[in-house]
Amino acid sequence: MNENVIYEAQDLHKRYGSRVALNGVSFAVTTGKLVGLLGPNGSGKTTLLKISAGLLTANGGCVLIDGQEPGVYTKSITSYLPDRMALPTEMRAADAVDLYADFYTDFDAAKARAMLADLHIEARNRIGAMSKGTQEKMQLCLTMSRSARLYLLDEPLGGVDPAARDYILQTILRNYHEDAALVLSTHLIGDIERALDEVIFLQEGSVLRQVGVDALREETGHSVDEYFREVYKC
Amino acid sequence: MDWNITAGRPVYVQLVEQMELALVNGTFPPGSKIPPVRELAADAGVNPNTMQRALQELENRGLLQAQRTAGRTVTADADALQALRRKRAVSLAAEFLYQMQALGLDRAETEELLRQTAEGGDRDE
Repeated sequence: MNENVIYEAQDLHKRYGSRVALNGVSFAVTTGKLVGLLGPNGSGKTTLLKISAGLLTANGGCVLIDGQEPGVYTKSITSYLPDRMALPTEMRAADAVDLYADFYTDFDAAKARAMLADLHIEARNRIGAMSKGTQEKMQLCLTMSRSARLYLLDEPLGGVDPAARDYILQTILRNYHEDAALVLSTHLIGDIERALDEVIFLQEGSVLRQVGVDALREETGHSVDEYFREVYKC
Repeated sequence: MDWNITAGRPVYVQLVEQMELALVNGTFPPGSKIPPVRELAADAGVNPNTMQRALQELENRGLLQAQRTAGRTVTADADALQALRRKRAVSLAAEFLYQMQALGLDRAETEELLRQTAEGGDRDE
């Protein structure tokens, strides 16, 4: 198994005014891994992913993707799915595919079209007229149709119905490369944990724990979902 | 095939068990090629590394064989598959007897129950 670190954070800090969002986050993700980023609301998941995608700057520490801090190079090898709709709503599905093809040299338009067809999203459909779940599916198809080294998906399954969730999970499992890694944040742990290698638990801006899914099941006799509910009990 | 991954137990252990079943019941016949890791993983909705670990375990036990160029095949060794079938059956039987004892049935009653159920009747009800 390849143990190259493709994505890491070292003592990462981020404040919004006086509020601390990340308080010394450190972890490393190796290639070939599918990793879940878990934590309650406000634990820093979206902030971490935004810094990694180069949309926010940290106040301290660093993120390294293939050894480099976020910038032009890391963006060329990182496929990021934001936590909200980022496509122009006046575009049609086909236009969005063209847009991605223009922007990203590693984008496979044929693959994207095939995925959209599987999910019954018509090329001529206007994005603004799609339901929230359909918009999310659309954006996820585009994100997964890049041949990236690192995929960062911020809550990719939230608004998606269970049947499409299964399709998307299978799509991820069939498509991600052995020399790539995928990190996704989610609250739908039960649906997705068997597809993950590892999980990173965030709590109040710090890493509580990074552990293999089967290692955790072996140790606790609980699923990751059950463990989460126990650890973060309100 | 139908995969059923439940909470609480390591995923790879469950994959090994369910693959064993597929081997003894002929879903993957002796000597045949099994689908690639990635296909099996996607089918089961599990991580390919976890599926790989499960297949490796079966390979180490001689139930699957790695082919140099073309994935894995099921062993053609009928004795090995028979031994596996026997092992699984023995453990199911032991579990069944344990449950019957827990319900308070003695050995004669349990045997009688098995015979009746196999004949398709349940005369007590």
